[in-house]
Amino acid sequence: MLQIIFDSLSLGSLYALGALGIALIFGVMRLVNFAHGDVIAFCIFALLWPSTDAMAIVFAGQLPWYLLVPLVLIVGAGLSVLCEITVFRHFRRANPATMMIASFALGFVIRYFLLMLFTSRPKSISLLPMLSQPVEIFGARLPLLQLITIVATVFILIGLSLFLRRTRFGLEMRAAAENFSMARMLGVRANRVIMGAFALSGALAGAIALIFGSQTGTADIQMGASIMLMAFIATVIGGLGSLAGAVLAGFLLGAASVVMQVMLPVDARPFRDAFVYGAVILVLLLRPQGLIAARGTKERV
Amino acid sequence: MTLLNLVNVSVRYGRLTAVRDVSIDLKEGQILFITGPNGAGKSSLLRAIAGVTPTAGGHIEFDGAEITGRAPEDIARLGFSMVPEGREVFGSLTIEENLLVGAGMHSRTAGAKGRTASDLASVYDTFPILKERRHQQAGLLSGGQQQMLVIGRALMTRPRLIAIDEPSLGLAPNITDQVYERLVALQSERKLTLLIVEQSSARAVMVGGRMILMRSGGVVLDGDARTLGNSEAVQAAYFGYEEQ
Repeated sequence: MLQIIFDSLSLGSLYALGALGIALIFGVMRLVNFAHGDVIAFCIFALLWPSTDAMAIVFAGQLPWYLLVPLVLIVGAGLSVLCEITVFRHFRRANPATMMIASFALGFVIRYFLLMLFTSRPKSISLLPMLSQPVEIFGARLPLLQLITIVATVFILIGLSLFLRRTRFGLEMRAAAENFSMARMLGVRANRVIMGAFALSGALAGAIALIFGSQTGTADIQMGASIMLMAFIATVIGGLGSLAGAVLAGFLLGAASVVMQVMLPVDARPFRDAFVYGAVILVLLLRPQGLIAARGTKERV
Repeated sequence: MTLLNLVNVSVRYGRLTAVRDVSIDLKEGQILFITGPNGAGKSSLLRAIAGVTPTAGGHIEFDGAEITGRAPEDIARLGFSMVPEGREVFGSLTIEENLLVGAGMHSRTAGAKGRTASDLASVYDTFPILKERRHQQAGLLSGGQQQMLVIGRALMTRPRLIAIDEPSLGLAPNITDQVYERLVALQSERKLTLLIVEQSSARAVMVGGRMILMRSGGVVLDGDARTLGNSEAVQAAYFGYEEQ
């Protein structure tokens, strides 16, 4: 039982962090950023030397954790801001569908850039190996990593929420997310707020890369895409643009996946995802506006 | 001294011309009403000055600086504060947070904290109801209170000119009276310049000041509100009788 709860929470953490990264950017510029998953993949590969071997040659990955973690977060934030400056900034006045296609294209550019340097073969890496030993809590044996994932996610969520509620920049981001054009008429600088959202979203991508990379022990060019899909679904279920909704839905999806894995009849387990997505359709039918409807989903002018 | 100067400003949406060659010269400290029927281009003109809608021609100067085509936040930072139609409070933010968004542009200057606090206190002095409810979500306020909030929010930017689009929209007449009372008081206390858009000229006649009447995207009348009054000239211009 405890095992199921912890599995749900740690899988949900990944989805919740991913959904947050998407919701943050959607909030300020009505862009569904499909390149987000590839930013996640990029963060992991940034720790490896370019090579085509199956065994990765780690270079920055050997750094002690207190350097490694900030480094990956900065790589994510940096790449994300770079995407905004080079691509998305030029699509500000475009309609949301155009921006979405641009983000798809950008995602592929990043993915094929990685493919060129590393080939498509997944590489085994050992990131933060000390975290894979199990610990015993209330009679359940849990990998230390799972515990750290959950604790780190809780810290990130609390930190982000404090940042949004207590700082000037957070206030401006919330105002801009609700009504961008009004915020600008009050002197809020559009570029600063959007770059801030991209930086935060990129740092979240870095966090996911670290967690996912150390959980699976592989670096795979495709890894971002699978999380991205679930994260995107979580943002929609949560109510596009609602940060709290995105987090909630992320955890719910994580729980649904784990619980179905355990509860479904053995024969049906291979089709778990079909059941998860079936539940998604059901939720959307019942609450098309999402679990927590976001305010100000008005067209940005 | 001229604070806002429009020269032959036009605004187009696709093939539709909303504002055609409008020239207005607004002196510091003046109250200017722009009135006219629905679709006359009043709101489009205001949005063009604020930088939210691009102009199709002409140019706009604020305090001697060219602002045509500049970003809304830059124009706001020069002292042009816009209160758009429908008020547009940040409904999920608290009342105090709404006000603080307006103070952001000065938050990096020296002594900002103290100044923001005293600006906040003075807004609460003018609108005590806002102080009472300052930790509530702004979306829960009534229409009249929201109108007071957005005026207060505009004041937090320390503007030289406040442009308000239809402050009476959706408000009961006695609430509208209150809003105007505060506006006029603020204007004389702070040497503010006011640019107010209203559909009807009645309010302009009541408050006094300068009045411009727009129809079909152009200026048809320009003069003292009380002199123009409800004269036949105004009615003719409003309804377009002179064309027949």
